[in-house]
Amino acid sequence: MLKLTCPYCGIEADETELHGGGEAHLERAAGGAGDSELEQYLFIRSNPRGVHFERWHHIHGCGKWFHAARCTETMEVFGTYSAQTLRPPENTLSEIKRRRPNWVNA
Amino acid sequence: MKPRQKYSAFALVREAMRGHTGWPRAWNSPLPSKRYDVIVIGAGGHGLATAYYLGKNHQIRNVAVLEKGWLGGGNTGRNTTIIRSNYLQDASAAIYEKSRSLYEELSQQLNYNVMFSPRGVMMLAQTHHEARGYQRINNANIVQGVATEYISPEQVRELCPIISISGPRYPVLGALWQARGGTARHDAVAWGYARACSEMGMHIIEQCEVTSVRTEGGRVVGVETGKGSIECGKLAIVVAGHSGVVAERAGFRLPIESVALQALVSEPIKPCLDVVVMANTVHGYISQSDKGELVIGGGADQYNNYSQRGSFLHIEETVRALVETFPIISRLQMLRQWGGIVDMTGDRSPILSRTPVEGVYINCGWGTGGFKAIPGSGWAMAELVANDQPGALAASFGLERFREGRFIDESVAAGVAH
Ligand SMILES: Cc1cc2nc3c(=O)[nH]c(=O)nc-3n(C[C@H](O)[C@H](O)[C@H](O)COP(=O)(O)OP(=O)(O)OC[C@H]3O[C@@H](n4cnc5c(N)ncnc54)[C@H](O)[C@@H]3O)c2cc1C
Ligand SMILES: [Zn+2]
Repeated sequence: MLKLTCPYCGIEADETELHGGGEAHLERAAGGAGDSELEQYLFIRSNPRGVHFERWHHIHGCGKWFHAARCTETMEVFGTYSAQTLRPPENTLSEIKRRRPNWVNA
Repeated sequence: MKPRQKYSAFALVREAMRGHTGWPRAWNSPLPSKRYDVIVIGAGGHGLATAYYLGKNHQIRNVAVLEKGWLGGGNTGRNTTIIRSNYLQDASAAIYEKSRSLYEELSQQLNYNVMFSPRGVMMLAQTHHEARGYQRINNANIVQGVATEYISPEQVRELCPIISISGPRYPVLGALWQARGGTARHDAVAWGYARACSEMGMHIIEQCEVTSVRTEGGRVVGVETGKGSIECGKLAIVVAGHSGVVAERAGFRLPIESVALQALVSEPIKPCLDVVVMANTVHGYISQSDKGELVIGGGADQYNNYSQRGSFLHIEETVRALVETFPIISRLQMLRQWGGIVDMTGDRSPILSRTPVEGVYINCGWGTGGFKAIPGSGWAMAELVANDQPGALAASFGLERFREGRFIDESVAAGVAH
């Protein structure tokens, strides 16, 4: 069972309490975007085997959306953080680099 | 390697007389050559079928299939083997029905018993929404010429007496029934294609991971592997759950996410179920193997995963649902449980396509339901690779559909897509 700590209410929630929201930090295609930008935003995914930033919804809890950094190969969680950010916070990035020295943020 | 021996009743008797010492290896395992006309990455069913039809239909035989693990060790060897073709959209019905009809004669074609068993597949309608969805598919299938029918709860009970029709939570309101759907032996499909490819002189190279794709001027020239670098004229990527990883190595990204899907089998019991039953509302499907085990599949996880292990809660959910639908199985013990990494697209339809790299083709996105598609997919993929453009079967499944908004939406009808 995957467990993630909601950064808003502080609860360590089982995945049954959460709803997955897919890849995080996607750049939203703006109003005048062309087909290719919309395709990127809506469908194209990095889908890495390794470090993955993703959105989660604490749906059966406080109701907030948050972000998590997780390894899709080992299921390790590097950290969870606020959804009010365009990129992962420094402490999460350094935790990832500590455990994955060769990792490059694509 | 000894020439291929034809499998027959006579060969069986002859080998029985000499202690089964005369069977040659089913396929050879050579070291890689310097160059191939076509390299196929991935020795799952789809990769092997692609190679087979390249040789059989297009006379392209200087082909290697490279596999990082063992042949058939991916989803092909992990699936619950449900075969049906009653999908909603025209493009899907065409390729899945082509595939189902190829399964009918595959054992004879390959001279390898793939144990295709058209025992009938029943998809239960357990909500009004689902009932209407299946009636709609049934209507579409009539127009498409795919034999299927919508049956009543009484007919369901007749075909499968162990079902509890009356609920309590989700009573059976009817079912979509395909009498010529069924199951096949998953390993045998991979092994049979591998043997036939080997017979045509193709190389099947296991323990050989493709680690990068080499290009010159936007065109593929070869691959780097754990067994050295190999040149190729064309490259077919057929790696299911690892499509994103290999595409990244070739320099492009896909509209795909990889998640775990699980299955489990019970201890063997006496025959009690001679059809395949799928209950999509409650995420459970079930059939009985020739050994007597109940083969059970469940729902996919909600998050990206490459670990080939799924969430326990999905097993629990599936078992709970099936016990309610089939009360007699409530005291069975489960023998084993496993997971595979499935490649999900946004419209739950596959991708058979050219790619941004010239000479590189990709076949993926079969997700939770591609075992049934192996022969048809291989057929269509071989056509695409050989001609550098898709034939009628693959034409709608190109990558460009996501940019152009021409989805082949199969996610509407069922929560799971088997
Ligand atoms: C639990 C479960 C149940 C399922 N049930 C059904 C069902 O009932 N009916 C149905 O129709 N479908 C079902 N499916 C889906 C079906 O199994 C797949 O769609 C199908 O098997 C995919 O076949 P494939 O050949 O594309 O992939 P695979 O069999 O996964 O083969 C891909 C191969 O590529 C290899 N590979 C990956 N990366 C590399 C690399 N870099 N270099 C070399 N080789 C590489 C892998 O090792 C693997 O062997 C199920 C799947 C699962 C997991
Ligand atoms: Zn919370």
